[in-house]
Formats: sequence, structure tokens, C-alpha cells
Amino acid sequence: MSTQNTTASIRRAHIRRRQRFNLVMTIVSLAMTAAVLFTLGAILVTLLFNGLQAIKPSFFLESTPAPGSEGGMANAIFGSLVMTGISVAIAAPVGIMAGIFLAEYARKSKFAEMVRFINDVLLSAPSIIIGLFVYGIVVLGMGHFSAWAGIVALAIIALPIIVRTTEDMLSLIPDSLREAGAALGTPRWRVITQITIRAASQGIMTGILLAIARVSGETAPLLFTALNNQFWSTNLNAPMANLPVVIFQFAMSPYEDWRSLAWGGALLITTAVLALNIVARLSSKGKRA
Amino acid sequence: MSTDALTASALGTTERPSLKDRPTTPEKIGVKNLDFYYGGFHALKDVNISIPDRRVTAFIGPSGCGKSTLLRSLNRIYEMYPGQRATGEVLVDGQNILKPGADLTELRTKIGMVFQKPTPFPMSIFENVAFGIRLYEKLSRTDLEERVHWALSRAALWGEVKDKLNVVGTGLSGGQQQRLCIARAIAVKPQILLMDEPASALDPISTAKLEELIEELREEFCIVIVTHNMQQAARASDYTAFMYLGELIEFDTSEKIFTNPSNIRTRDYVTGRFG
Amino acid sequence: MIAFPLASEFGAPMQDIKTTSVSMTDKSKPHRRSRGPNLGDPIFKSATFFFAMLVLAILSGIVVVLVIDSWPALHQFGPAFIWTSSWNPVTDSYGAFVPLVGTIETALIAMLIGIPFSFGMAFFLTEMCPHWLRQPIAVAIELLAAVPSIIYGIWGLFVLVPIFQKYIEPFLISTLGSVPILGHLFQGPPIGIGVFLAGLILALMILPFVTSVMREVFAAVPAVLREGAYGLGATRWEVVWRVVLPYSRVGVVGAVMLGLGRALGETMAVTFVIGNAHRLSLSLLAPGTTISATLANEFTEADGELYTASLIALGLVLFVLTFAVLAIGKRLLLRTSGKGGLA
Repeated sequence: MSTQNTTASIRRAHIRRRQRFNLVMTIVSLAMTAAVLFTLGAILVTLLFNGLQAIKPSFFLESTPAPGSEGGMANAIFGSLVMTGISVAIAAPVGIMAGIFLAEYARKSKFAEMVRFINDVLLSAPSIIIGLFVYGIVVLGMGHFSAWAGIVALAIIALPIIVRTTEDMLSLIPDSLREAGAALGTPRWRVITQITIRAASQGIMTGILLAIARVSGETAPLLFTALNNQFWSTNLNAPMANLPVVIFQFAMSPYEDWRSLAWGGALLITTAVLALNIVARLSSKGKRA
Repeated sequence: MSTDALTASALGTTERPSLKDRPTTPEKIGVKNLDFYYGGFHALKDVNISIPDRRVTAFIGPSGCGKSTLLRSLNRIYEMYPGQRATGEVLVDGQNILKPGADLTELRTKIGMVFQKPTPFPMSIFENVAFGIRLYEKLSRTDLEERVHWALSRAALWGEVKDKLNVVGTGLSGGQQQRLCIARAIAVKPQILLMDEPASALDPISTAKLEELIEELREEFCIVIVTHNMQQAARASDYTAFMYLGELIEFDTSEKIFTNPSNIRTRDYVTGRFG
Repeated sequence: MIAFPLASEFGAPMQDIKTTSVSMTDKSKPHRRSRGPNLGDPIFKSATFFFAMLVLAILSGIVVVLVIDSWPALHQFGPAFIWTSSWNPVTDSYGAFVPLVGTIETALIAMLIGIPFSFGMAFFLTEMCPHWLRQPIAVAIELLAAVPSIIYGIWGLFVLVPIFQKYIEPFLISTLGSVPILGHLFQGPPIGIGVFLAGLILALMILPFVTSVMREVFAAVPAVLREGAYGLGATRWEVVWRVVLPYSRVGVVGAVMLGLGRALGETMAVTFVIGNAHRLSLSLLAPGTTISATLANEFTEADGELYTASLIALGLVLFVLTFAVLAIGKRLLLRTSGKGGLA
């Protein structure tokens, strides 16, 4: 009888120990989550606090100054807008076509598997390597740094994102829609462009928005392609100012006014990127399975 | 009561004129020694059937019997998928459409198809119906509008959508979407209409409307309809083919199949013994 | 609705009794499009094939360009390049060892800190988080992933470095610094910047991605397994640690490898806080450098063929390393038939 009691009490003690361990782990994981969220909050708060100080009309109207003088980030903002815009404009049709190939023509072939694999590797590859690659081809080919080189580098970064989302969205479209088009005698390319792509258009737009968001924050690929330009320039054949590289230069400098401008630029980029992500998320809400 | 009378009253076939009063029509589709394979799986085994023009022919049978497969061989829609192939002959107006050189687009203007799940294209109602027309004909705007009007009327949808032709097709109810798909199919003036379980995704009221529509269309088109609903086959069709495990078991007038079938397996299926 | 009497019932021929405005006999005046041979299909298919090839071409192009442009260095130094630790533009003597060690070191620190945090967050979100809170937190984590790395860099430089300088590093030195063996890792002046801080920021950067992939992988575990474990009286922790995790082990490792691949290649966040010193040091609190930080800092100023070629050779080493890690990670994730997530 006493052995029964001891077995029961041992078991109860064991259970209590497990429960205590569970409680500890629960608290730890809760603490971790809270810590990470707190950090996110801290980053955003710091950005707002330091960045807002730099946001005045001159921020948007004047070009980057020499240290010690007043100025803004107009040329950098312009450069970023132009380079982001053109690079995505190039990457989108290429990416959509490649995505169409993977989803419509070659679903299971070995070649398609390879393309998907390589695409995903490119997606996560270090962006500085992309910068080196474009340096080797465009900058050395042209003989000088230029905005065009930066555009090519950004396009290569945007491309895998668009390929991936296009393929994913197209494969969500049921085959019965394609069959309905084919049953009418529609040639395959028309079925794809006039029916299937139209049906997936919302999702594909989301992919493009996400690509824009990613590209607008990239610094490394621009470091040795578009470089930087102190002055206002609309010449795509020459180095062009852009927000990330200017932030890099200004933030690492010892000058107070430069650092303030860097914070302003950082706030601007982060706002744009977060806004794009939220818009993309909201517009794809209907499509998620 | 005799079995005939029982079944007849159950099927509610008292109003339809019996097929005996109708003249027989020439063959529109002739299937000869058709075999079909999904990869290595032998899905249709030596099927021979003669489908008459301007009548409604129903394919019935338990799941997996091959009725949809047979239907889909008639317009070669299966060719979208690698690994699916057919051997034998399918004669449409005497021409073998399975021949390697046969023109697929010509074939698909002659044969329209409506699917189980309504599949409106992601565009306006007008654009949906006009889509097929635009592929083959260069019509002026007025002619196009007339044709769209005509197709929607024949599909018994015009009254409900005439004020919202620019609304996107997916905004309609299920039954309306299916009638839109029918309008889209007949807009290109085919001679044959293939329907793969067109009412199975619809509620009873829309189903009744659809059957009325088939009743109206039957005199103009050769209609082939696959259905797993026997009452529907008995109500709506002139001829019925019963299939089982890839073989055509019996093909005759619907009246005969549902009241006095010759084959015991047909009788078992029709009386609900299995399936 | 237009009425169509079924003429056949009266035995009359059909065509005449139509009352439609456009009759069937319109077939006599078709304005047919001329349909020549269908060129659209092969052209379009070839076009899509071409663009798909472009993806492959870009990757091969990267390898080719990197090899060609680094050839002077590869030729000069040979495989010894990888373990040479000198880096001297004056004597034109270069070696990848110091940046490579820094790259691996920071990535490892990022993994050691980041993986437990990712796991903890995935555990919290899948097992304990109240439903209404789940989506907002998940969204917050994904926004964290969207923040560009340069932002992490300047935040790290201006906010974390002073904190580390004043509080954390002195604390670490006084406590862990005197522990035998382990203490060697925490020596030296508390300057804030250094390998440890770089690793910490990297951890923060890969956290969102690894967490979301882990969550997906955990969610894919069949409910019956979970229910069975709970039914036996297991605690929440035990269910995850002993049932969910082993079941999704392959996917988790895949997620970790993808995170590692990113950590290895990350540039901007690291460049701001690592100190950019071509020095090997045992202490984690000392400044160092990584391959990508070296490239970011020195490439535009490099003159001389060998200097530039050596830098590009560094890039090649990094590329090979990250490619291998990413490829392994992808393979593992494919085996669990998960997609590995986007971005």
C-alpha cells in the first residue's frame, strides 16, 4: 500500500515537474516574441523620431549638400524613383513571360524544375554579387558608372520575385477556365493572354508591388553600378544619386547635418516599403487560400 | 401497376410527345472502335455509337464509367493534357476528326462545350459572349451586338442581364453563369453542343430552368449531355447511352432504356440497384 | 423572351417558323476572319521559353563574369587564396581568410541567437497565441522582414552601438570575460562595434523569414498527430518539441539553411557595425570584416588590377558558399513538399 502511495506521488511529482518546465518554456517563448516585437517598435519609433526632424520642404526640393551646408535629398529621391520604376518596368514583362512558361507550358518538365530552382537561388542570392556581375558587364562594357547599370542590377533583383508570384498565381487558376477557352477554339496563346492572365491579374500586380518594395530598399547592388551623384542629374548615362547609397554615405560620416538627412531618407524609404507591403497584402486578401 | 407505368409516372414523362411520332434524324456523330487511354489506364474500350442530329442524347452510368471521357473525345479537348490519347474513329458529318491532319479550330467552331462548373471569363457579360464570335468573324459593332442579343436570348438570359451587360461575368449567380456559358457557346453558331453535367453545380430551380433551355435548343442542335442524374436524363433526352467500366452497355431511345431496358446491368442501374 | 414553337411536333419542316431577329440562316453571310496557319502559338511559346532561359542565363552569367574578372587573382594566388590571411594593397598581397572567417562567424552568431528565437516565436504563434492576436503579430513579423537592411544598419549604428558600448559589453566582459576558455571570446575594449553586434543584427534580420517558414512547416503537421499527443496528456511544449518538431525536422533544417544563406550574404546591416578591420581576433567584441562588408567598403576605391581581381575573387567565394547553402536548403524544403516561402 505504501508503495502504491509512493508511486502515485512520484508520478504526481513528475507531472508537476513537466508542467513547470512547460510553464517556463511558455514564458520564455512569450518573452522572445515580446522582445522581437518591442525591437520592431523601437526601430520604427527611432526612425520616426530622428527622421521627422529632417522632413521639411527643403528635403524634397533641394539636392544633397556639401558637408556643412543646407540641402535636401531631391536628387536622391528622383534617382531612386527613376531607377526603381524603370528596373521594374523591365523586369515585369520578362518575369511574367517566364512565369507563364513555367505555369502554362512546361509544368513538370526537368527544364522547368531547373529554372524554378535557379530562380529561387537568385531570389535569395547576395545582392552585392549581383552588383559585381552588373559591374563586370555593364560598367566595364560602357567604360563608366551609370544609372543604366543600376537599373540592370535592380531589374535582376526584381525578376525572380515576379517570376515566382506569376507562376504561383497562374497555377491557382483552375484548368476548367482554360478548357472553356480551348473548347471555343481559342488558340492557346490567346487563352493565356486574354483569359488566364486576366483572371490572375490581381495576384500578379501584388507580385510587382512586392518587387518594387524590395528593390527600393536595396543598397549593395547600386554601390558599384549607379554609384552616387552629388548634384541633380537626369542623365541615365552617368552616375545618379539614389536614396540608399546617399544614406550609406551620410550616415557613416561625422557630419551632423548629413546624418540628419540620412535619417530622413531612411524614414522615407521605410514608409514607402511598408506602405507597398500593406497595399499588396490588402489587395491579395481575397486570393489567399 | 406495371413497371412501365410505375417508371413512367415517376419520371413524369406523360407530357412529352413520344419519340415514335418524331421522324428519325441522320447521324451527326459516329463513333467507331474508340479506345481511350489516360497514360497506361484503358478508360474507354472499343466504343461504337451513332449520335443523331437535332436530338438530345444522354450518357449515363456510375462514376468512373467513362461517360465524361467519351464526351471529351468528341471535341478533342483532352489533347490539352499530355499522356491522354484516343485511337479509333470519330466521324462528325462523315469526317474523321481523330485523323492527325484534322483542323482543330474548324472542329471547335462546329462543336460547343459547357462544363460542370460554370466558367465565365474574367470580363464583362457582353465580352464573354462576344469572345468566341470575335475569334472567327469580323462583325461590325451593330452586328456584334445583335448576335450577342440573340445568343443571350436563346440562352434564356437576356431579360436578366440586358441592363448590365458591362458587369463582369463572375458577378452573376451560379445558374445565370451557366446560362452565360451556354450563350457563349451558341454565339458562334455551332451545330453540336456537348454538356458535361451542366446542372450538377446548380440549385434545383436553376436546374429546372436549364432543362427548359435544353428543351428549347434541342431542335436546332445535336445535344449530347453527360449526367449522373437519371431522372434528368429521362426527362430531358431523346436517346440514352448507358456506360459501365469504359464500355458502352446499351444505347437506345430514352423511353426504352428507362422503362424496359434489354441489358440486365442497365436495368440494375436504372432501377437503383447499384451506382 | 422570344418563343420558339417546336415545329417538329407538327411534322413541319423546321427552318421557316423562327421568330428571332437574327436567324440561323445568317450562316450564309459569314464575315470570316482569314485564318492562315496559326503562327501565334509557336511564336508566343518560344517567347516565353526565351525569357525562362534568361533566368538560367543570368545565373550562368554571374558565374562566368565572376570567374573571368577574378582570374588575375585566382591565377596569382591559387587555392591558397582561401586560407591566406594577409590583406595588403600596398604589397598587393591578398587572401580571403579574414573576410571569410568574419562572414562565417557573424552568420553563426546569427544562427545561434536567431534560431532559438525563431523557434520560440513559432512555438508561441502556433500553440499559445490567442486567435485574434495571431494575424496582427504575423503581419508585424512580415513587416519586419520588409524593412530594408540599410535601416537595420543605421539603427544598429546609432542606437545599439551606444547601448552596447555603455552597458552590455562592459557587463559581458566583467562576467563572461573571466570564465576560463569561454572568456577569451569576450575580451578587449568595449567599443560597441564588432563581430558580436553584427551577428546580433543579422539574427534580427533573418528572424522573420525563418519564423514564418517554421510556422508554415509546423502548420503542415497533421492535426491528428497533435491531437493524439495532447490526448495522452502531453504538455504544449512536449507536443511541439517531441512530436511536431521531429515530424517537420527536414523542413525546419531547410528553413534554417535558407536563413543561413541570407545571413552569409547580407551586406548593409553588417557593414555599419562590424568595424571593417582586416584582423583576426578571438574576441567576439573586436572589430572584424566580412566578405560583403569588404566589398562594400573597398571596391570603389580599389585601384590596380590585382586588387580589383582579388575583391571579385572574394565575391566568387561568397557566391559559391551561399549557392551551396541555398541549394541544400531548397532541396530539403522541396522534400517536405513545402514551398519555402517567398522573399
